[in-house]
Amino acid sequence: MHNLFILYKREFNSYFSTPLAYVFILVFLVLSGVFTFYLGNFYERGQADLVPFFNFHPWLYLFLVPAVSMRLWAEERKSGSIELLLTLPVTKFNAVAGKFLAAWSFTGIALIGTFPLWLTVNYLGDPDNGVILASYIGSWFMAGGFLAIGSCTSALSKSQIIAFITCGSICLVFVLAGFPMVLAAFQSWLPQVLLDTLASLSFLTHFSAISKGVLSLQDFLYFVSMILFWLLLTSAVIDAKQAD
Amino acid sequence: MIRVNNLKKQFGNVPAVRDISFEVQAGEVLGFLGPNGAGKSTTMKMLTGFIKPTSGQIEVCGYDVLREPKKAQHKIGYLPEGAPCYEEMTPRGFLKFIAEIRGFRGAQLTYCVDDVVSKLSLQEVLDQRIETLSKGFKRRVGLAQAILHDPDVLILDEPTDGLDPNQKHHVREMISGLSETKIVIISTHILEEVSAVCSRAIIIADGSVVLDGTPESLESRSRNYQSVVIALQPGQQADLGPELAGLPEVAAVETDSRGRLVVFPAAQDNQLLGAINSLLQEGSWQVEMIYQQQGQLDEVFRTVTGDDSHA
Repeated sequence: MHNLFILYKREFNSYFSTPLAYVFILVFLVLSGVFTFYLGNFYERGQADLVPFFNFHPWLYLFLVPAVSMRLWAEERKSGSIELLLTLPVTKFNAVAGKFLAAWSFTGIALIGTFPLWLTVNYLGDPDNGVILASYIGSWFMAGGFLAIGSCTSALSKSQIIAFITCGSICLVFVLAGFPMVLAAFQSWLPQVLLDTLASLSFLTHFSAISKGVLSLQDFLYFVSMILFWLLLTSAVIDAKQAD
Repeated sequence: MIRVNNLKKQFGNVPAVRDISFEVQAGEVLGFLGPNGAGKSTTMKMLTGFIKPTSGQIEVCGYDVLREPKKAQHKIGYLPEGAPCYEEMTPRGFLKFIAEIRGFRGAQLTYCVDDVVSKLSLQEVLDQRIETLSKGFKRRVGLAQAILHDPDVLILDEPTDGLDPNQKHHVREMISGLSETKIVIISTHILEEVSAVCSRAIIIADGSVVLDGTPESLESRSRNYQSVVIALQPGQQADLGPELAGLPEVAAVETDSRGRLVVFPAAQDNQLLGAINSLLQEGSWQVEMIYQQQGQLDEVFRTVTGDDSHA
């Protein structure tokens, strides 16, 4: 457990020793602002809440999260430092989890950076801050799911570009699976059971439940098990590559 | 002790290591020699548990590397090829990180980091990012992380690659100065390094061990081992050749590219020089120069690794 923390600390600090962290946070804040105010009609809606802000998160994460996760393992493989890391007396899962948690904390910081929006709605009206808090937590867990997928695709190749594209594509599938239009297309010929399974696998289904202020255990379990599944898969991919 | 049995590694259909077995005892400095692509690095990667062999067993300090990799890795210090590290870190931060992972805390951590920093003279670059350092300093940072926990087994993949002659000398001194209870395995294609630091050398070619012995015993396989080179006054050369060839201690006499006579011994019993000396003293030969050659490791290397195009 202590090793996990040491790995986490190193990885987390490494974000801030390159411009990447600052560029990412800046882009995230600007885009989330643009989406909320222009595409989300923040003012025109006449409601003091953050629904337009959170509604765009799945789409924002679709290309921003792979940009964070792509370097997790691909960079280690490219520079050769993976050889150093995996011959240190640390377990593979500690390394996988340490890196993931660092990336997850980092996206958490970016998310916290959007607090002026929260101040704005509180200034403009009287929003339900409980719902907003739930949405923030839900959004962060969703980012965790995206990141865990990204961790796995990053372990597959030494090319960060490939990791980025693969992660984006898989995440798109997981987002779209719950999109009403996609579900409608399948509705005519897919049995209801499969349709429900498909929808229940989607990020969107669980995220929109949480962002309505419904903090159900089921939705959190979904994200936690998604994260664990993809992290175990990451570990297995690294293992398989070692025997390659 | 390190024990390797029937180690094989296949990358897809390409065999990288065919069947390697050897044992290394504490106190030995083993040099891995071989052309590029011979399987040196692959063997080292398997010894340190980074890649898994297709078949075979590896035991390091009593631990099976395949079954208990973490316990074995505690005993090993490893410098991977090219000395990779986290380039965005400073040597100070990087070495601290390695020390923490290796289980050092508090004063002990400070002590062991300070110790390797002074051993490898890293003081002046301690707070610069590693990516801005010269190749020599990067290599020293890599070496520092490998020896930081005073490991029983040190595995160094081309430790002096890219270093200037002074730095090479320094690294070799460091390796020679390690305690006699340790095992050191270094891979290199610099042959002089083997004579300088190794107590034993293994030549690997095409994934198999082709020679295993002390550097001296490898040198003795050279055709030039104990051969004698003689330069005489111009004109006398042609007459001496046949006389030398008549001696029982002589196997062959040749003329080299500079017109000097090279006399090859019939047996490795060190009788040749004496015999030649008596012959020269009996006649009226005007000797300008005479010396006995040691074996040349690079010649042996070329012969056993199959590249005899320049031999």
